[in-house]
Amino acid sequence: MTTPLLSLQGLTKAYPGVVANDQVSFDIGEGEVHALLGENGAGKSTLVKMIYGLVKPDSGTMLLRGQPFAPPEPRAARADGIAMVFQHFSLFDALNVAENIALGMENPPPMGDLASRIREVSETYGLPLDPYRTVGDLSAGERQRVEIIRCLLQDPKLLIMDEPTSVLTPQEVEILFETLNKLRSEGTSILYISHKLEEIRTLCDHATILRLGKNVGECVPAETSARDMAEMMVGSTLQTPERSGREFGEVALDVSGLSVPSPSEFGTALKNIHMTVRKGEVLGIGGVAGNGQDELLGALSGEILTAADAIKFNGQRIGKLGPTARRKLGVLTAPEERLGHAAAPDMSLTENALLTGSVREGLESNGFLKWAETKSFAEKIISAFDVRTPGPENAARSLSGGNLQKFVIGREVLQNPDILVVNQPTWGVDAAAAAAIRQAILDLAAKGTAVVCISQDLDELMEISDSFAALNEGRLSAPRPTTGLTVDEIGLMMGGAHGMEVAHV
Amino acid sequence: MDLGEINPVLLVASLMVAATPLLLAAIGELVVEKAGVLNLGVEGMMIVGAISGFAISVETGSPWLGFVAAAIGGAVLSLLFVLLTQVALANQVASGLALTLFGLGFSALMGQSYVGVKPPSMGDIHIPVISDIPVIGPILFQHDPILYVGIALTAAVWATLKYTRVGLILRAVGENHDAAHALGYKVIKIRIMAILFGGACAGLGGAYISLIRVPQWTEGMTAGVGWIALALVVFASWKPWRALLGAYLFGGITVLQLNLQAAGVAIPVEYLAMSPYIITILVLVILSADKSSAPASLGRTFHASH
Amino acid sequence: MIVLEKRPQPSKAWSYATPLVAVLATMVFGGILFAILGKNPIEAIGTIFWEPLFGEFAFYYRPQLLVKGAPLVLIAIGLSLGFRAGIWNIGAEGQYIMGAIFGAGAGLAFFPMDAFFIFPIMVIAGAFGGWLWAMIPAFLKVRFGTNEILVSLMLVYVAEQMLASVSLGLLKNPEGFGFPGSRNLQQYDSAHNAELIAGSGMHWGVVTALIAVIFAYILLNRHMLGFHIRLTGEAPRAAKFAGVNPARLILFCLGLSGALAGLAGMFEVSGPSGVVSIDFNVGYGFTAIIVAFLGRLHPVGILLAGGLMALTYIGGEIAQSQLGLPAAAIQVFQGMLLFFLLAFDLLTNYRIRAARSEVA
Repeated sequence: MTTPLLSLQGLTKAYPGVVANDQVSFDIGEGEVHALLGENGAGKSTLVKMIYGLVKPDSGTMLLRGQPFAPPEPRAARADGIAMVFQHFSLFDALNVAENIALGMENPPPMGDLASRIREVSETYGLPLDPYRTVGDLSAGERQRVEIIRCLLQDPKLLIMDEPTSVLTPQEVEILFETLNKLRSEGTSILYISHKLEEIRTLCDHATILRLGKNVGECVPAETSARDMAEMMVGSTLQTPERSGREFGEVALDVSGLSVPSPSEFGTALKNIHMTVRKGEVLGIGGVAGNGQDELLGALSGEILTAADAIKFNGQRIGKLGPTARRKLGVLTAPEERLGHAAAPDMSLTENALLTGSVREGLESNGFLKWAETKSFAEKIISAFDVRTPGPENAARSLSGGNLQKFVIGREVLQNPDILVVNQPTWGVDAAAAAAIRQAILDLAAKGTAVVCISQDLDELMEISDSFAALNEGRLSAPRPTTGLTVDEIGLMMGGAHGMEVAHV
Repeated sequence: MDLGEINPVLLVASLMVAATPLLLAAIGELVVEKAGVLNLGVEGMMIVGAISGFAISVETGSPWLGFVAAAIGGAVLSLLFVLLTQVALANQVASGLALTLFGLGFSALMGQSYVGVKPPSMGDIHIPVISDIPVIGPILFQHDPILYVGIALTAAVWATLKYTRVGLILRAVGENHDAAHALGYKVIKIRIMAILFGGACAGLGGAYISLIRVPQWTEGMTAGVGWIALALVVFASWKPWRALLGAYLFGGITVLQLNLQAAGVAIPVEYLAMSPYIITILVLVILSADKSSAPASLGRTFHASH
Repeated sequence: MIVLEKRPQPSKAWSYATPLVAVLATMVFGGILFAILGKNPIEAIGTIFWEPLFGEFAFYYRPQLLVKGAPLVLIAIGLSLGFRAGIWNIGAEGQYIMGAIFGAGAGLAFFPMDAFFIFPIMVIAGAFGGWLWAMIPAFLKVRFGTNEILVSLMLVYVAEQMLASVSLGLLKNPEGFGFPGSRNLQQYDSAHNAELIAGSGMHWGVVTALIAVIFAYILLNRHMLGFHIRLTGEAPRAAKFAGVNPARLILFCLGLSGALAGLAGMFEVSGPSGVVSIDFNVGYGFTAIIVAFLGRLHPVGILLAGGLMALTYIGGEIAQSQLGLPAAAIQVFQGMLLFFLLAFDLLTNYRIRAARSEVA
């Protein structure tokens, strides 16, 4: 029997109130692509942080090629050949590619040598990169390349990838898989974290499934159906949202020639966007993160003002109206970032209900606040959307991601909008809550609300939208009916492969 | 009034002296801000440095020991800022203000018995031949050693930030502390070192005022130089050589208005005296359009949750 | 090992307790400081906190509490609104000076006329002076994005020079035998901010400070604008999403705090001080920053904190004359208070717990 590359034995890590990992054991073989599958909050991140030395396990051991392995810090893990591509937060926007890569290495060569090695390695693996470009100016896909190259330069034995495809177009995903296959053929093991079943079935040799911090099963993905894996992952059968018969009314939202300069240095400018949404219609807007989603939501919510006739609501020009005036008319929005944008973290749910509800729910008169009415509005949201919290006096940040998202969506839905624009409505939300949110959106549409749903989750968009368009570098493709769209067509709408090339295998 | 009494050579030479406290404090704060920390307590650290340096050099008779004490004094006060912002995770703006208010009071208390005392003189360097060259000699080669320390420090900070790994890590921490933490860098430790360095530099700058520029001790004698140093960092777009340039510019304005006062120009003294502050505001206005070079994590509290 | 753990929500109990703990810690460390200075710490602390309230001459000191506390509270109330919204006006000292110059100037312009409308005009002029001075950083921040901290602070030094200039020039007493300083407004009835009840210390500034406290309380707790101020401070992006116009908020907060500081200066110059002179300002604008934080940026808290800080001023003066405690020691004492407050504030948002022993 060959010794596995990395063997995890009974790893346990508890945080106050939650056991993130409970006696997790599995092996990763040499040259194996091993999937770690689980829902958000299943404990995947904590587990890989332990392997990478960011978090110390409470109990349990790890063996690297049979030797005890307990990295006190990431540096030590890297020295032992563990490399990690993070999902978020690991690049420095203002620094250039070479500097970013040097930061992830123990003993980086002088900058000039490093730059030429970056060119060399990036071209070998089909991920070309200019070492002197500022990272903040790169697209999401290119930024991921920086992370991958950073890892590859250290000749890792184990490459950990945390949700790598969430920021890629379908074509870019294919190229990434080519690169990973090449690495596997060279003997590198890969720990691949995802909740996307299809890509695991295509790529991975072996899968371990986590649920609520426990290892609930292992399988060979190629031989297991997506449905079986999903059930292991979720633990119960899923309820998919129901579509009622759709009939669309008149055009409620008419966006024409919407252009907005980039609001911040590393933001995206919106370029000549056209779209119409009819009453009762759900328009899904896909696209890779950072292609103008936040800016589009800002322009529709009134946080970013535009030319008056760029946005029309029932024929009325609203481009120059601020958020409050638009809410009064019936244009409501829910931004992606829950804490700090859609809700104020340290304020109570009552106060957060007031945040967008004041005009339509009549929670103020002459500027004076009606706290009693506000509290009952908050309570109404909590009960209608099954928000798990002791009460409306609790701070927004005390809620879990899924519960807060239900609150934020519920707050808008209960105000009976004529137009609802949501960005990433189910990001980081557990499957049950996600299903509830999608159902609420569909119910709203059934009552005649025009809905714009911006999301990076294509499955979600295919499930709930009537028509589909994609954002790519601030431009919106022409919306098309969802029925009959193929993955290839969607990928092309999203901008294809952003100039990547397939690995020279 | 006689503008002819203003000697341009002496003017340039004295603007370098007037600029040095600003430069020392600004270079220190620049490093602190590059690490992502906004320490508004520069004024407080300077004045504590001014009295520490003054007291020690009077007691020991050695200006050198005085400057060492000033650096230590400034660093010790900045340690309070460390405790507040890095350990107790307090708001950096409020903590910096606290540092300044406390420093002003504390220095006044320490300095009570030193009012009116004359400190030992450090003396200017004198290199035979070179220092005697007309014009260039008095401008470049006839100053006290600390002035050259200021310039050397600027060069050292520039080279460190640009070419060394330590500098790269420092910038990374200031740019995105979460990412730096994820890569395994000790964000808090690096920031503490930067804050202490900034405190020591501010202390030196303060002592330069009380030991060389003035030289005597009066309460509140830094008179806003610490705040101007903060503005200078913005002016410099967080670049060391531009901080030097800015310091000389402000030094020039200060010296010029003092010379104009002495020459009896028909502008009231008060308006001349307020000119450095007004010019600081003007410069801030002109430069505030471009914030792109500010470290992205500047002023944000870091707390590693997991 | 000790670790910090963020509380799911801020602790109410600690948010009330931290100012008290900070005061206690300051007494302990202040006592140590006084002992180092060779004073009996118990006696010194007693003198500062007991003497003005219950000592032999309390009848004289108690009114002083109002006189010293009113400007502190008035300025701190204004500052607290801005601080809550993340707008840092630290130049209240300058706005205070400008309020005094404008207020006194308006009054002296009418000298020696006697009329009921002179004082109200001075009030308006004082508020306007402070407002104008605060609108400089406000306008620059809104228009150019200039840092308001540095601009407002720089303007303190400019205002001090203005003060020197008018004391020696424009407002100089023509009958003052060449000495710097204006006419004494205490001797000009129409412009005098006299005590409303003789010997009580209660003058119009005290009344205004109390009104400001009530006004701020209602604004913050019952009004949309106050909600928007709090929202902007806690989550600026959420505030923008809620429809807050950041520029308007900056103008409002800076303008109001400037006007209140200007009023404080005007009531001071026309009452307790009486004269526009070079050394007119004594640091109320800076001490008010401590008052605002010590009062947890809450109107009622500020009222209490202003009283406490006035107490340390008066007690400090008594300790100075009776025990020879240096004036600077009181300044250190006040600075310490802010330190401890900020440090203990940690407990409001974080729990301190001993980490479990790490098992490798």
